[in-house]
Amino acid sequence: MTYLMLFLMFFRTGLFSFGGGLAMLPLIFQTVTEFDVMSSGDFSDLVALSQVTPGPIAVNAATYVGMTSSGIPGAAAATIGVSLPSFMIILIVMKFMDKYKESRLMQGVITGIRPAAVGLIASAAVYLAETTYTLDLDTTNIVLIVMTVLTILLSGKFKVSPIIITLIMGAAGAVICGQAA
Amino acid sequence: MGQKRDIKELFIIFLSFFKIGMFTIGGGLAMIPLMEKIIVDKKGWLTEEEMIDCVAISQSMPGVIAVNAATYIGNKKRGMAGAAAATAGVVLPSFVIIILIVMFLHNLNDNVYVQGALMGIKAAICGLICVTLYNMCRHTLKNVFSCVIAAAVFAIVVFLRITVIIVIVAAALAGYVFVTVKAKRGDGK
Repeated sequence: MTYLMLFLMFFRTGLFSFGGGLAMLPLIFQTVTEFDVMSSGDFSDLVALSQVTPGPIAVNAATYVGMTSSGIPGAAAATIGVSLPSFMIILIVMKFMDKYKESRLMQGVITGIRPAAVGLIASAAVYLAETTYTLDLDTTNIVLIVMTVLTILLSGKFKVSPIIITLIMGAAGAVICGQAA
Repeated sequence: MGQKRDIKELFIIFLSFFKIGMFTIGGGLAMIPLMEKIIVDKKGWLTEEEMIDCVAISQSMPGVIAVNAATYIGNKKRGMAGAAAATAGVVLPSFVIIILIVMFLHNLNDNVYVQGALMGIKAAICGLICVTLYNMCRHTLKNVFSCVIAAAVFAIVVFLRITVIIVIVAAALAGYVFVTVKAKRGDGK
C-alpha cells in the first residue's frame, strides 16, 4: 500500500460522504475492502475503537487504517486525506457566503438554516440517547439517567466546564458501570 | 512584533481546538457543547448566532464535521492560517492517541472499566447536548417561522432519516421565500 494511495482513498471518502463520522464508516468499509487494506474482522475493531477514543470518528478511523497498513507515514497520509476535502470545501463556501452576505438570497438562506440547525441538534440528541440508554429499568440504565440529569444541572445551572463534567462522569462510569458489566 | 503576535494568536487557536479534540468522545456532534463553551463563552470568537450558522454549515457539507467546524471558526477568526491551525489542533489528539493504541494497547475496548467510563461519558454528552439545545433554542426560535422549521427538520431527520443536505437546502429555500414574502408585504404598506 503506497502512501499516495492511502491519501487518495481517504480523500475520496472525505469528499463524498455526508453526515460525519458514523455515516462515513460504511464508505470507509467499502473502500478498505475494495483496495484490500484490511479484513472485515479488523474493520470491526476499527469501528469499536474509533468510537471509544477521543476526537473526530472519521479521523480516528483514517489514522487506524493508515497505521495498521503502513505505519506512521501511512497514518499521516490517510488523516490528511480525510481532512483535506472538508478544509477546502468550507473555505470555498465561506468565501461565497461572504461575497453575497448582503443579498436577499443569503439573508433568506441564513433565516432558514439557523432554525434548521436547532432541529439537527435536537435529532442528534435523540440519536445519542438511542446509543446510550436501553429500554430496561436495570440499575445501569438508571445510573446513566441520573448522570445525565446531574450533567444538565452542573452545566446548565452551575456552569461547570464540559471537560470537567466529562472527566467526572467517565470516572464515575468506570467505577459504577465497569463493575456491573 | 506584529508577526510575533500573529504566531501567538494562531497558537491559541491551535490549543483551543486541541482541547476540543482531546476531551470529546463520540465525534463531531459530541464536540458542539465544548466548542460552544470555549469559542462563544470563553474566547468570544463567534456570537451565538454565528456558532449556529457554523453548526448548520458543518453538518450540511461533506466530510468530517469536526474539521468542517474547525475550518469555519479558524477562518472566521484569522483567515486561512487560522483555519489550518484549528484543523491541525482538532485532528492531532486523535492521530496521536490512535497511533499509541495501535502500538501498545490493542485490546483497550475489551476492558470493562474502559467500557464503563465510556457509558458514563455518553450519559454526560447527552446532558451537555440538552443544555446546548436549550441555549440555541433561546437564541434562534424567536418567531413562528423558525419554530416550524426547527420542528419540521427534527421530525424529518428523526423519523424519515433523510440526508441532512436535502433538509438543509429545503430549509434555506423556505427561508428565502419567507424573507421575500415579508419584504413584499413591507413594500405594500
